[in-house]
Formats: sequence, C-alpha cells, structure tokens
Amino acid sequence: MTVAIDRATGRKRPGEPKPGLGRRLKRGYDRHWYAYAMIAPVAIVLGVLVVYPLGYGFYLTLTDANSLNTARTIGANHIDATYQFIGLDNYADILWGDTAYDRFWSHFLWTIVWTALCVALHYTIGLALALLLNQKRRGRTLYRLLLVLPWAVPTFVTVFGWRFMLADSGIINSALDALHLPTPQWLEDTFWQRFAAIMVNTWCGVPFMMISLLGGLQSIDNTLYEAAEMDGANPWQRFRYVTLPGLRAVSSTVVLLGVIWTFNQFAVIFLLFGTTAPDAQILVTWAYYLGFGQQPRDFAQSAAYGILLLAILVVFTSFYRRWLNRNEPDVAI
Amino acid sequence: MTATVPTKARPRGKGSPLASLASHTVLILASLIALFPVAWLVFLSLGPDKDDYLHPGRIWSKMTLDNYSFVLQHTSFFDWLKSSLIVSLGTTLIGVFVAATTGYAVSRMRFPGYRKFMWLLLLTQMFPVAVLMVPMYQILADLQLIDTYLGLILVYCTTAVPYSAWLLKGYFDTIPFEIDEAGRVDGLSPFGTFARLILPLARPGLAVAAFYSFITAFGEVAFATTFMLDDKKYTLAVGLQSFISEHDAQRNLMAATAVLVAVPVSAFFYLVQKNLVTGLTAGGTKG
Repeated sequence: MTVAIDRATGRKRPGEPKPGLGRRLKRGYDRHWYAYAMIAPVAIVLGVLVVYPLGYGFYLTLTDANSLNTARTIGANHIDATYQFIGLDNYADILWGDTAYDRFWSHFLWTIVWTALCVALHYTIGLALALLLNQKRRGRTLYRLLLVLPWAVPTFVTVFGWRFMLADSGIINSALDALHLPTPQWLEDTFWQRFAAIMVNTWCGVPFMMISLLGGLQSIDNTLYEAAEMDGANPWQRFRYVTLPGLRAVSSTVVLLGVIWTFNQFAVIFLLFGTTAPDAQILVTWAYYLGFGQQPRDFAQSAAYGILLLAILVVFTSFYRRWLNRNEPDVAI
Repeated sequence: MTATVPTKARPRGKGSPLASLASHTVLILASLIALFPVAWLVFLSLGPDKDDYLHPGRIWSKMTLDNYSFVLQHTSFFDWLKSSLIVSLGTTLIGVFVAATTGYAVSRMRFPGYRKFMWLLLLTQMFPVAVLMVPMYQILADLQLIDTYLGLILVYCTTAVPYSAWLLKGYFDTIPFEIDEAGRVDGLSPFGTFARLILPLARPGLAVAAFYSFITAFGEVAFATTFMLDDKKYTLAVGLQSFISEHDAQRNLMAATAVLVAVPVSAFFYLVQKNLVTGLTAGGTKG
C-alpha cells in the first residue's frame, strides 16, 4: 500500500475527514506498518543500547555509586551493591556545592570557549579552502587529496604525531627558537595547553568541513552566478548573495554536527594530555576522569556530568532548530 | 577580480595572475600544514634511538627500518590489529545492515512519529561518552561482556547506526521516487522494492556508511580503553597508548607503530574518498 503524502511538505494532503480514534489507529497501522517494520531494528538497537543505559545512568546519578560500593566480583566472592539513593544531591553538589567553580563551572566555561573557537575556525578555514578548491585551477585534485589527509589518518595516530612536535624541545619549539621567538611549554602551561588543544583539533576537523562545503558549493547552480554577473554583481556580492545562501542547507547541518562533535570531543584532549592537565579538560574528559581515571571511581558524579552535558546539548539543539525553522522553513532538520 | 572596463571579461573562475598566485600560495601552505605532522611521524619512525625526536637532524645519517621490524616481531601488534579489524568490521556489518532499512523508511514514508524518530537519531549523536560509559560498563559487566569483542561492537553500534541511518536517508532521497512507484506498479511490496531496486542503486551510499562506521570504530579510544582489559585484545588505539608505559616511552617504536596503523587506513581512505564526497554531500544537503 502506498502512502499518500505531499512530497513538498511531507504532510498529509488536506481535505481528509478526521475519523474516530480507534479507526485512526487501525488505519494508521494498516498504512504504516511497513514503515514501522523497517525502522524496528534501529528502534530496538537504540532502545536497548541507548535508552536503557541512559535510564540506568540517570538512576545512577541519583545515588552515591562508586567503584567501592557497586556490585562486583573479586575472585570467587560476589559482593552485592551497597550504594544508596540520595536524590538530587549529586546535581546540587556539582552545580553549587563547595568548590563547584573549580570542579564544574571552570570546565564549563572552557568547554564553551573551546566549542565556539573550534567550530568557528573549522568553518572559516574549511569554507576558505573549499572556495579555493572550487575554482578551476591546475592541480586542484592533488590539493584536495593532500588537504583531506588529516581526516584519513586516525585521530589517535595524528595526536601522537602532534605530541612529538609539541614536546619541550620538539620541532615546533626548535623552529620557534631558531626564529628567536618565545618557546611556550605546550604540554605543561595551562594557556598553551588550551592553545595546543584548539590547534590540534582545528587541524583534525577542517577536512570534514572543507569536503562538506565543497560538496555544497558544487551543488549551487552555475546559472545563478552567470545571472548575478549579468546584473553587475562584484565578486563579494556574488559571494554574499549567491554562495552563502546556496550553502545554507549544508552549513546549518555541518555547524550543528560540528558543535555536537566538538563539545563531545574526547580523543584529542585525552590523547594529548592524558590526565595530566586538569585545567585543559573539557567537561567530557573531566567526566571520564571522575568515572574511570581516579580511585575510587565516582560513577554517580561521572554519570551526572554526562546528563548535564546531554541537557546542555539538547537545549542548544532545540534553540538552534527553532531559529533555523523560523529563518528558513525549508531547511528542516 | 572582474575587469572594470567591459572590453574583455575573463572567463569566470579564472582570476588575474596575481590572484591565481595568491590562491596557489594559500593552497600549498595549507597542504604543507596538512601533510607535515604525518610526514614528521614517518620521518621520526626511521630514527633508531628513543630520543631522536628531540634531535631530528641526527636521523638523516642513521636511517633504519629497525623500529618496524621490532614492532612487527616483538610486540602484540598483530593481536591488536586483529582486535581492531574484528571490532571495526563487526560494527560495520551490523551497523550498515540495520541502518539501511531505517534510512529507506525515513526517506520514503511519512508515518506518525516520523519527526520524533528523526530527532531521536540526531539526539544519539549528542551522547557524550561519559553519559553512556558508566551505565554501559555496568550493563556489560552484568552480561559478562566486558573484555569481549561483542561488547565493544554493540557499544560502537550506538554511534554508528544512527549516523549511518541519517547518511543513508540523504542518499536514498537522491534516488528518484519514480523508481519506487514503478516497482509498486509491477507488483513489488515495499520490502521488495527496497531490496531489489533501491539497495543496488544505493551502493555508493552504503559504501560511505560502511566506511564511516569502520573508521569510527577503528579510531575510537574511550570505550576501548575502558572495556578491554586483556592486552591481547586491545585495539590498536589502546595498544599504541600502552607503549608509553610498557616500553618506557620508546618514542621511536611508537612512531613506527603509528605509521604502520596510518598507512593502510589512509590508503584505503584515498581509494574511497571520491565516493565519500558524493555520499556526504547527499547526506549533508538533504539531512
């Protein structure tokens, strides 16, 4: 049975009378059971592997679970869990307990700065390179191949490469020294740790933006540029009034993904500093440290950080979507 | 730069020689920056001593492949490679298989709950490792799946499946709906249309989703570090880290291992990167 939808809007065509609830359910089932059958595997996978752990994780945040009082097996002995329900104390402690600034708010601010700077750099550098690559120019296939390289190499490999380069007397400091410039302690000093983290993450993230935006540029109809040129638009005006609007759909998606991925970027900071740089940790790596990087492991607080992170992202995405839908109703995500 | 005097306009996309020189300079510079850290790693991996990374000049005179033979012969490199391949391929197979039907359903059918479902797919992209890691650790421990490949594969599916479904939806959207309608007219069920007509057409999209799942699983660090305890079962990402403690910071060996990992993956990447562009674009623009 085919499903009658208006493809332009994805809505049912108007003019159908509204039947009663029972019949609606029955009809809905008849009309849509194919769709439900086809999404069932993913729905099940997500339900079992995401929704259930999420619920369980939320429950843990309401307890004082840590690695000393959860159920565990040592040798032949099984020890039952002894952690207790303590309500919202974890959240209260994280958000306004003693030293909340040092433990949460400082990481929170740094995470916001980190996300904003990284995504801004990813996007502008990616767009600039995509514009250059989109011009008819000799060697552009080669350039594209070279520029996509940081994406091709797994992050855990390249971050090691960066660590060699950023070491105290590594190549970067040797080069700076040769130029009589100051040689910062990239991996020890808080400011430079943060600087280095942003630099490495920018290096890792630009290729994805560049390729996505290049794809977007190529999908812009060439006749639009010709028309603009006929009307006497200069290059800047063509960029402003043809290119940017043409990229809007791609941009809105990649910026959203970029924000989510950067906010949750674990590998770069974890591999660059391990647990040696408490002040350069963003919320995700900090939460990991609480749950797995120290003894005893604080499962409850770690999970509470996770829930807070998720909440921040959900709020951000809702506003972002609403803002998008208001400005450009056709670019629905 | 367009000419101000409308005597002879240059063809579009070809700037003045000066502008062309400038863009070549920028592109060359950017390529160098992109290339350098990896090239540097390769260069360091040829130095035989563990402190060579601090004195790169000395490497020229004593280049050797000893690090590589040591890593291949005396470390668990092949065990780690095996683990990485099992986990990544497992994630790819399960992930793409499961995601394909969903991508099709959300591309072609508008069912009640459609928007909520799409939102859920996006939402799963937002899960920070920390929110799921603790409960997943507990659940896997209860199921005795800690330190097993299956456990890690299941965990990776949580990120691979939603994104693949999202990506594939974008790809299916680019296949004309008329093909489905023709299939239905010829008496195929929606499943039949999907399996016989659409899947074969969507091969490039499937390849992109597969590649994405593979790369994600291959490069993941946090879960692999936490859930794999036996050093024979480490993935390469974890194994590489263990070099720091085990081999007393023998950076030359780390560099060689890193290169051994990076080369095949990058080669594979280059083979498929053309497809990757089309696949990502379809997924990106139509998301």
